Amino acid sequence: MSYLIEGRTGQWEVVVGLEVHAQVISNAKLFSGASTEFGKGPNENVSLVDAAMPGMLPVINEMAIEQAVRTGLGLRAVINRHSVFERKNYFYADLPQGYQISQFLHPIVGEGIVTLDLDGGESRDIGIERLHLEQDAGKSIHDRDPRRTMIDLNRSGVALMEIVSKPDIRTPEEAGAYLRKLRAIVRYLGTCDGNMEEGSMRADVNVSVRPLGETELRTRVEVKNVNSIRFVMQAIEIEAERQVEAWEDGEEIIQETRLFDPNRGETRPMRSKEFAHDYRYFPDPDLLPVRLEEDYIAAIKKTLPELPDDKKARLIKDLGLSPYDASVLVADRETAAYFETAAKGRDAKQVANWLTTNLFGALNKRGVGIDESPVTAEDLGALVGLIEDGTISSKIAKDVFEDMLETGKAPGAIVEEKGLKQITDSGAIEAIVDQVIADNPGQADEVRGGNEKAIGWFVGQVMKASQGKANPGQVNQLLKAKLLG
Amino acid sequence: MSLNEDDVRKIAFLARIRVDEARLAPLADELNNIVGWVEQLSEVDTNGIAPMTSAVDIVTPLRKDVVNDGDKVEDILANAPDREGPFFAVPKVVE
Amino acid sequence: MSTQKHWTIAAAADALAKGEVSSRELTDQHIKAIEDNRILNAFITESFDVARERADASDARRAKGDVAGPMDGVPIAMKDLFCTEGVRTTAASHILENFVPRYESTVSGKLRDAGSVMLGKANLDEFAMGSANITSYFGSVKNPWTPKGANADLVPGGSSGGSVAAVSGGVAIAATGTDTGGSIRQPASFTGLVGMKPTYGRCSRWGVVAFASSLDQAGPIAHTVEDAAIMFEAMAGYDPKDSTSLDMPVPDCRAAVAAGAGGDAKGLRVGIPKEYTLDGMPADIQKLWDQGVTWLKDMGAEIKDVSLPHTKYALPTYYIVAPAEASSNLARYDGVRYGLRVPGGSLDEMYELTRAEGFGDEVQRRIMIGTYVLSAGYYDAYYVKAQQVRTLIANDFKSVFNDVDVVLTPTAPSAAFAKGEKMDDPIAMYLNDVFTVPASLAGLPAMSVPGGLDANGLPLGLQLISGVCQEETLFRAAAALEHAAGFTAKAGDAS
Repeated sequence: MSYLIEGRTGQWEVVVGLEVHAQVISNAKLFSGASTEFGKGPNENVSLVDAAMPGMLPVINEMAIEQAVRTGLGLRAVINRHSVFERKNYFYADLPQGYQISQFLHPIVGEGIVTLDLDGGESRDIGIERLHLEQDAGKSIHDRDPRRTMIDLNRSGVALMEIVSKPDIRTPEEAGAYLRKLRAIVRYLGTCDGNMEEGSMRADVNVSVRPLGETELRTRVEVKNVNSIRFVMQAIEIEAERQVEAWEDGEEIIQETRLFDPNRGETRPMRSKEFAHDYRYFPDPDLLPVRLEEDYIAAIKKTLPELPDDKKARLIKDLGLSPYDASVLVADRETAAYFETAAKGRDAKQVANWLTTNLFGALNKRGVGIDESPVTAEDLGALVGLIEDGTISSKIAKDVFEDMLETGKAPGAIVEEKGLKQITDSGAIEAIVDQVIADNPGQADEVRGGNEKAIGWFVGQVMKASQGKANPGQVNQLLKAKLLG
Repeated sequence: MSLNEDDVRKIAFLARIRVDEARLAPLADELNNIVGWVEQLSEVDTNGIAPMTSAVDIVTPLRKDVVNDGDKVEDILANAPDREGPFFAVPKVVE
Repeated sequence: MSTQKHWTIAAAADALAKGEVSSRELTDQHIKAIEDNRILNAFITESFDVARERADASDARRAKGDVAGPMDGVPIAMKDLFCTEGVRTTAASHILENFVPRYESTVSGKLRDAGSVMLGKANLDEFAMGSANITSYFGSVKNPWTPKGANADLVPGGSSGGSVAAVSGGVAIAATGTDTGGSIRQPASFTGLVGMKPTYGRCSRWGVVAFASSLDQAGPIAHTVEDAAIMFEAMAGYDPKDSTSLDMPVPDCRAAVAAGAGGDAKGLRVGIPKEYTLDGMPADIQKLWDQGVTWLKDMGAEIKDVSLPHTKYALPTYYIVAPAEASSNLARYDGVRYGLRVPGGSLDEMYELTRAEGFGDEVQRRIMIGTYVLSAGYYDAYYVKAQQVRTLIANDFKSVFNDVDVVLTPTAPSAAFAKGEKMDDPIAMYLNDVFTVPASLAGLPAMSVPGGLDANGLPLGLQLISGVCQEETLFRAAAALEHAAGFTAKAGDAS
């Protein structure tokens, strides 16, 4: 896949790296015993530590460490046995300590890999630079008072994982695929809920451009806090085009932070002060280095679920699915689980087909996710089972499926109630075939005269006469025998 | 390394301490006096010496992932210089 | 009721146990003394209601035969760096002038649970930054000691100046202090008291207003080594809320004191570091140090010359590390959630005006030095370098403690000086801590024990330093030294 910007002076390549902030799933905050629960009243989830009262001290939540290690393992990354929390010093109204406790020189997780699933079943590896733990800040609310900003510290101190990619991404689509894959991985692992709308996953996008063929990286611009995959893709496109235009106009791109405005379709510089970027990192003297034992890491490794890449490989190898179908099915944990339940003991390809076309179509129409599907995985499997054992035809199955969507009933019950069971009694089918031939002598002669294609018309008539219940294979066979002898 | 008025202005801003223009030069002198004095450390050979960041040689304690704090809005806001209901209030921030 | 002016904890515990005095009587006696000696400016906030309430509760416990220990009922002063629930806590700063915590620091909580009676919050240098208690927003503290034949007001030392003034002035039986670079030991030396800084991590820092996190350590200030041991045992102990707290039992220091109290230093190996001899050190101090060596030798100690080669770099190292940590620790005083706020048109303006008005000159100076040494381009040259030198200083001690049990030095390079001296030259002021800072950097326990009086009749202390967590050894040596010195002088004797 290539994505190049056609400039006046030639073609430009886009270079993108992503910094994703993923909220760790944990009960309590990174350094305090206050809850991380979403939707509580202002400042209710705040301890004295989170409010940075004088003399308050941080103590690391073991779950944050475990989740970071788990995520690192899921990213096939190096887990650092020694990591250090440092203070990132800056003033902001929703940063109570006057510094954020983060990791800088010694992050808990080092280099790893995310494999992208691209169109046509292709894949491509994006490097992970690092993953580190840090505290979230509180929330500033600007629209409650014309003169004042309100501060809610509920999020202050919630554990975040900052996952930094290498500048390996070359297209907006790859950025989208990267975020979807990263989200799938953390969801499989249960380390982050991946919900970008609620802000539990946020992305900063580093964008630079260079003439095709140039090997040096040019100055990058950071586009901050883009809160959906679609916006990330748009922001890259818009920012890259801005940069190409600037370079071609002979302007210099400066290293800066910009905000993406989806309404205006532009990025614009954040108001930033001179000297604003001296964070004066130093190891937090209130905390000691984190040391992890090999055994601890191995124990977490043992509890890892099968991750999307492994699952995809297995579905292709063991169940014979196409790479495309497999990557669609593993894209999120719920779909994969649904598929595996439905496919148990059934024709996996047929189940995959029903799931990706019929069920997804129906869910999309209803605007619901697979977790809210009116058809259970067991019932979808049962439906495919009825087709497999010849109880109903594929055509009847579609009607049964519509019924299942409406009523939530099991397919067997619907077939029974409505008498949709396929007619496989050859005597009964023969009677209908004979009748149809007798009723249509002209067409019969045509077939006998060598127009074998017209046999299809007879199949249709027989199916119609049987209200669709006749086994189409048997009908075909009988017609051929009787008309072509 | 010697600090000039610009350096002091920059440091004062980083530290968010307002320093009158007239105070910059004398403050630069005071700070230079101290900085010049601590610079005697440069004569110590520290090649290959690990920096000491804590006076204790113990393993980091970890807390259990248990919610046992919070729900003390009044304790949190009791000393606030300005508040609006359950919020702290600050001068309008423009992003 | 006893008319004895200077109670010790041990004597008070004894009198309380015998029913010779009630906690309420002791407390009222000390409240009266505070009221009569307000000229000392030893307290920022008096908490007499709290004191009387706790004294009554103590007496009620005692009546039921339910005594919490030797501190039960004993009136003490609390350095105003410990957050105390419902009692204003200022760190001697304008920026916390009206701060009333809704929580109790671990150490003050332990002392409360041990039954002690808090008389009030003792004055100190602003945010514990100082060596003379002249940087307090609430005014300087007067040393109860006066030089022979002169009428000058002396500083009490710092930063725990209010604590030592309260104890040496006879208005509190003992006091808490905190020591970052000598803030317990140097003022104890200036006022003829025992001041002890425990091993870093012994006393929880939770709820103590932070100055420099890797150095701050709470400890007792008292009349005697025994009192210091009693109070240390009540203050120390593992706290899961402090990640740097030591998870090990508190040693039986009172037993150690008993072992040394008769003047027994047999088998004790005492190191005398040659690098602690300074050019221009007052003769009285050298004399007292020599005397200390003789005392210990006479009591059976083995004296060894040792070398701590990086000693001269301790002070500059400290003046990089401590301000760096302080610049970050004090960032939370921003006028948003508590403390002073000076209105400004923008958030940044509010910050700048608040912090310019809320912090005094010395605090501002240290914040700026700390900001500078951490800033881009200077971090490696200053901060990392200083932390490397700190490793060397700690290593010096480690190797010395292979050969000796304690190190004996003077506590401070001078006796208490007059207010107004050394005020214009920060570095001259910093030199007060030249002997105390090395142990702070290495996290070692150390204690100042009163040794004698100088020619002006002012007290001088001797410092003992022991290895990490070797508080028992420290207390035993200190008790022996105390016995030999036989220091009984009290403030006001000379005048």
